[in-house]
Amino acid sequence: MTTTVEKPTTTSASPRHAASEKSRSEARLGWYLAGPAFAVMLLVTAYPILQAFYESLFDYRLTDPANRSFTGLTNYGVILTDPVWWDAFGVTVLITVVTVAVELVLGFALALVMVQALKALRPVLRAAILIPYAVITVVSAFAWQFAFAPDSGFVNSWFSFLGLAPDTDWFGSPGSAIFVICLAEIWKTTPFISLLLLAGLAQVPDVLQEAAKVDGATWWQRMRRVTIPNMKAAIMVALLFRTLDAFRVFDSVYVMTAGANGTEVLSFLAYRQTIARLEIGLGSAVSVLLFISVVLICGLFVKGFKVDLSQARGE
Amino acid sequence: MRLPPRRRRRPSLAALAALGVSVLALLAGCASGPVGPPTLTWYINPDDGGQAEIAKRCTDAAGGQYRIATSTLPRDSGDQRQELVRRLAANDSSIDIMSLDPPYIPEFAEAGFLAPMPPGVAARVSQGVVPSAIEGASWQGQLVTVPFWANTQLLWYRKSQVASMGLDLSKPVTWDQVIDAAVARGTKVEAQGKRAESLMVWTNALVRSGGGQIITNPGESNPKLVTLGLTDPPAVEAARIMSKLANSPAAPAAFSTADEDSNSEALQSGTSAFMVNWPFVWSKVTKAAGEGTIPANTPDDYGWTLYPQVRADLPAAPPYGGINLGIGHSSLHPDLAYAASECITSAQNTAYYFESNGNPSARFASYSDPAVLAKYPMAPVILQSLTLAKPRPQTAYYAEVSGGLQRTFHPPAAIVPGPTNQAAQDLILGVLRKERLL
Repeated sequence: MTTTVEKPTTTSASPRHAASEKSRSEARLGWYLAGPAFAVMLLVTAYPILQAFYESLFDYRLTDPANRSFTGLTNYGVILTDPVWWDAFGVTVLITVVTVAVELVLGFALALVMVQALKALRPVLRAAILIPYAVITVVSAFAWQFAFAPDSGFVNSWFSFLGLAPDTDWFGSPGSAIFVICLAEIWKTTPFISLLLLAGLAQVPDVLQEAAKVDGATWWQRMRRVTIPNMKAAIMVALLFRTLDAFRVFDSVYVMTAGANGTEVLSFLAYRQTIARLEIGLGSAVSVLLFISVVLICGLFVKGFKVDLSQARGE
Repeated sequence: MRLPPRRRRRPSLAALAALGVSVLALLAGCASGPVGPPTLTWYINPDDGGQAEIAKRCTDAAGGQYRIATSTLPRDSGDQRQELVRRLAANDSSIDIMSLDPPYIPEFAEAGFLAPMPPGVAARVSQGVVPSAIEGASWQGQLVTVPFWANTQLLWYRKSQVASMGLDLSKPVTWDQVIDAAVARGTKVEAQGKRAESLMVWTNALVRSGGGQIITNPGESNPKLVTLGLTDPPAVEAARIMSKLANSPAAPAAFSTADEDSNSEALQSGTSAFMVNWPFVWSKVTKAAGEGTIPANTPDDYGWTLYPQVRADLPAAPPYGGINLGIGHSSLHPDLAYAASECITSAQNTAYYFESNGNPSARFASYSDPAVLAKYPMAPVILQSLTLAKPRPQTAYYAEVSGGLQRTFHPPAAIVPGPTNQAAQDLILGVLRKERLL
């Protein structure tokens, strides 16, 4: 995934600077410096992806290696004509859209709080906001599951004034189960988005803010006309990273429902075919399709929204 | 002035420590490698320390022939299978002895993951063992694993609540009777409605109790030729009972996520009067009463009897579970591993395991052991249940059958007897033909 993000910048950068000798040697130095990392990246990402694609062309069960046979694209046909794939696809898109949208709003609010906090308070605040992101996803998923469980959880009794029955089964129906999964995801990854946005906020030149203030712009006008346009790149990068991450949601679903009650997501589908059924071929095909979806999302962001990744890194 | 030397000392200390550790490891490796007796690794399912203790006893009894070291597998039986399969497929020679859940034995045997059993061993380890355990340890009519302990489910109830129901529990009862009595009394019946292996256990017990079978040609090794009995009358009757309980006021709260542990807590607290569950609930309730987390007289209120019947004219076929010992195909010492498994499953050790950990023995003899009877007054009923028990369908493609059934029969409240059966049959056959996802 990371290689796909980086490739366009490296390849498009070299011909542009080919004009002068100096820039050519700079490009060469760049390759010397980044080359080893690039090679390692190819080894640890491109190789498994190619291997998965190769395996996906076979009917191959781990416990029955003798009957391994080449079936071409049959596995892809099986997957794309199965409603299970499309249901899981729908649930994944739903979780992605809901969590990323809520996280963007919340993360922006938190970033504003951090940027405007007193200097003395800022490190403490930043650490406090970061804590959920430091918690291991499986641990946070268990914590949320215990909180909402009807037997050991506290949510049903704390919110009984809202009309919650003490035996409300949150994981018993798709709507409420997805709600809890989204809540856990949002709690955990909002800090990530808010940190990226904080970096973006810091890039907005103070001069512009002051000029707008002098011209009598209200807070809202400054936000809409100055702050947000100036940090568009940071917002897009934050959105892109979170969308790619959210699309591969696995831990929370695995811990909370194990895909039951209409909460199946794509990475869980891949897990079930490969690890539980041991159908390496079929499972690899699901993984390849998941990978293609992620590449498409990435392409959509980079081309569609014109996200310039190099700008976000402050180059 | 003090900082730099400190900084310098820290890494050197760490390096020294690392060096020390690696030297020690090397020495240890030298010591236990060629000189000492070979170490057999026994992959165990998590328990209350019983298997580790048996490993110690058998190491002592071996007189320096071998040492047994234990290594713990994940808690969930599906996860145990996944870890073992991955290692076995990679020819991991560290797997000498494995504690295997019976439904996965055909898959392991078919894949050639189990070392062949020496001729004398089969006769010795099946002597005095209950028939359901031998059936569960075999594949294609041959014993491929060593029966260790055998589990079965009973119908547990709260005597005080049942007393006024007019239900005679000294005689076998049917599911309909139990559900109707609980509804009339305004109490609950606990069963495993969670989408997990336990749902398959429940469904299989109902189908077998009604005289049917989920796989009608067990032993078929070509997945495309497997035939299912899920649309036959006994399976439709099973679906009716599951749907009846799930949609009745006797269904426990959060039935679609209820597992063995939440069931056992509901019976402990008295919110439910009935429960089908494994005997571990007895050690659980006596322990909780001893610790004072529940009233001390709660265990006295516990009653037990055979698993409910589906039809009044047919005896119940209670679930069969437990653990059997498989020997890994890449083990460096299969002979020693088989010798060790004979020691592990000896009458003495299985009786100890029953008495200390509450896991019922696969041997008839254990059920007349006074220590066992004193601690497990329901031991005779367990033995009776084990003689009636029927294993889950035996097939090398068990994970597909169980997974397909779990997906269509869950949540139990949504089961429509007939159409749900058809859906399950279509899905499982599609999955076995590799035409559907799971």
